[in-house]
Amino acid sequence: MSRTPVACRSNARSTYEGVAVCAPVTVPYERYSIRSAHWICGQALLRLLGAAEIDKDEVDGFCISSFTLEPDSAVGLMQHLGTSPRWLDHIPMGGASGVIALRRAARAVQAGDAEIVACIGADTNHVDSFRHTIASFSQFANDAVYPYGSGGPNASFAFLTDHYMHRFGARREDFGRLCIAQRRNALAVPHAMMKRPLTMEAYLGARVIADPLRLFDCVMPCAGAEGLLVMSTDRARALGLDHVGILSTIERHNGFPEDPVQTRGGWARDVDSFYGMAGAGPEDIDLVQAYDDYPVICFMQLEDLGFCAKGEAAAFVRDHDLTAEGDFPFNTSGGQLSAGQAGAGGGFLGLVETVRQLTGQTLGARVEGARRGLVSCFGMITYDRGLCCSAAILGRPDA
Amino acid sequence: MTGLPDSPRRKDPTRRTRQPVTPPGNRSREGYGLAAMAAAGRFALQCCASCGHVHYPPRQVCERCLGDRLEWRDVGTGGTLLAETTVRHANDLYFRERLPWSLGLVAADAGPSIVAHLGEGCARGGRVTMSLQIDRAGNAVVVAAPENGAPADDPRLRELVFDPANRRALIVDGATGLGRSLAEALLSAGAREVFAGFARPWIRSPDLAALRATERVTLYPLDVTDTDSVERLAALIGDKVEILVNNSAHVRVGGAVDRRDFNITRQEMEIHYHGLMRLAGYFGPVMRARGADGPWGAVAWVNLFSAWALANNPVMGTYSASQAAALSLSHCLRAELATGGIRVVNVFAGPLDDEWHQLVPPPKLTPAGVAARVVSGLRRGLEDIAVGAVAEEIVQRLAENPKEIERAIRR
Repeated sequence: MSRTPVACRSNARSTYEGVAVCAPVTVPYERYSIRSAHWICGQALLRLLGAAEIDKDEVDGFCISSFTLEPDSAVGLMQHLGTSPRWLDHIPMGGASGVIALRRAARAVQAGDAEIVACIGADTNHVDSFRHTIASFSQFANDAVYPYGSGGPNASFAFLTDHYMHRFGARREDFGRLCIAQRRNALAVPHAMMKRPLTMEAYLGARVIADPLRLFDCVMPCAGAEGLLVMSTDRARALGLDHVGILSTIERHNGFPEDPVQTRGGWARDVDSFYGMAGAGPEDIDLVQAYDDYPVICFMQLEDLGFCAKGEAAAFVRDHDLTAEGDFPFNTSGGQLSAGQAGAGGGFLGLVETVRQLTGQTLGARVEGARRGLVSCFGMITYDRGLCCSAAILGRPDA
Repeated sequence: MTGLPDSPRRKDPTRRTRQPVTPPGNRSREGYGLAAMAAAGRFALQCCASCGHVHYPPRQVCERCLGDRLEWRDVGTGGTLLAETTVRHANDLYFRERLPWSLGLVAADAGPSIVAHLGEGCARGGRVTMSLQIDRAGNAVVVAAPENGAPADDPRLRELVFDPANRRALIVDGATGLGRSLAEALLSAGAREVFAGFARPWIRSPDLAALRATERVTLYPLDVTDTDSVERLAALIGDKVEILVNNSAHVRVGGAVDRRDFNITRQEMEIHYHGLMRLAGYFGPVMRARGADGPWGAVAWVNLFSAWALANNPVMGTYSASQAAALSLSHCLRAELATGGIRVVNVFAGPLDDEWHQLVPPPKLTPAGVAARVVSGLRRGLEDIAVGAVAEEIVQRLAENPKEIERAIRR
């Protein structure tokens, strides 16, 4: 398959002018919940309405992501919650859902198809429900991954990590540095699953899950939700809501099918148009939230989004302080590695944290004076690699 | 037998027998295409008939040209190991009991990247050879082993094959040349003990006499047409049989129109169909319960069928029909034994060069030749084994045009 990657032409794209992103909410995480995903979505909506001080009927659009609503989709959820939206989307893109929901919702608002869109990523986690999720994740996984040790994403990321380490010379200590910094960020966040500081000794000596991955390389599945509202800036101002704008977004699926093993994500195909649309470069970004179910994918995002060259993320992490107070604030709420992975909520975590940071509503440490934040999402390993990649740059109204 | 765990010890009767669990069995319809290839020991992947692109995992649409004619074709077994891992935490019960479990991501020479069970001795960046095997749930899996290396004797991968080494086998009919050859071949392959049945003590059988004089062989009365006889032997040795080889056969000439002898057809059905049913009813439950009984637990049920079970040969028409009935029953048996991880292996043999096939033209098979193929098939973990040119031809022609062979087999 000889295919020349075609980058989208940023000058042909409309801006997101006039769109406001606001009301970041979190339904606190629990390791296991006896509640359904419907209940958690309901809690998220309740918090969104409370944050914006609006009635349920004023929300006329929904973007929902969840693995555990089954047999329902967003459609059944609307009847469950008694809502009658005129615009509805269900985003089944796992970890990449947050930014993708955002860009869909933003266009709907710009076009006038909806006035206020609630974007929610929510999942429950019953005892044993994670096993059911990975045991029937995709047709390819059923046929060609799960019957091989049933390790789920741990095994898939073990391959990617093993290959990355040997190809680019990254060491476990390099991944550890990232995990430890995120843990420090998480300690200030009340709902984070991980409550204790992580030392390099504990990181390196933790129980092996799937070589080379050890316990603290893996997210802990939990129940919870993340959500926010997308509306016009006029509406946000009228409601008196702190908000941010969207400077640029991208999404790409199955970006490099010819690569025999994943060393890069679809971001690498679109990175030029990404920064081109924002009129900014990596050096103009004040904080980064990257999808982090395993540290190796953070390394790839740092590389593919231009913060360092391919294979140099380990050196980058060695040279920078990734805590909220550091010179490269990264996953400032602790990321999923420390906060937990609330299913599809994990795909919204970085987005919601970015809005919190830029509007000064943080639950944990705040990056002072931050004006532009980059959020990057990744999801859906249906066979040997993650297929969905997305990213956005959000900015304060003055950015 | 090097590298095997300690040789079997007598079981501690106060301990609970480990219950069999099987690996995840959920496959797509396309995914079962791999099982068809694995059953016959082939390494074949889907190739697009339009553009030749090779696919894995199985699917219905070509990812390059969107063509929908994806054909299973044999492809090179070689590949390069891109990445490896050893899973030490699994949610599935089967793997949880067998951790740690090694896996590899292989760049197949044929094109796609393949997640595979990894045999011992594979090195990252190194060359591997892949094969399609059938796992204890009866589904196809890819196994990678070092290229040019000795066959991996990995205790985890031993589950995918039926090595007779250290196991005990029952040959249902020891009083025939084939029964004797099977016993001898299993013993040479390291079988710990062979039990051989005989139905009619008044018939002087040199083969039975030879077995009687063979070490590690014990003879037992066993008449598959007699329920009491089967029940008695199952009560006596059923819990010791790890490989059951049903080679009982009643070969007679004749069809439906000209013979009108129901004694013959009834006897054919008694031996081939009801005989298999009696064996299944009395040996099946205990074998299924012993599917995880230590490293040498029960593993396989082997049926010796005629290739004419697949396509009726009118010269031996009722014989063929009773063989077909037994073949159909074997698929039921396969489903029922699967919960215990016991695999049913069907051998389709061409005519033997014996007194019962005197009027059948060559090529014909020697008992030793058939036995050797059975043992090599067991070692490879095959599910369907066609033995001899006649059987191989029937399998190929059936796949191509069943109506052709239905007619042409008369000639």
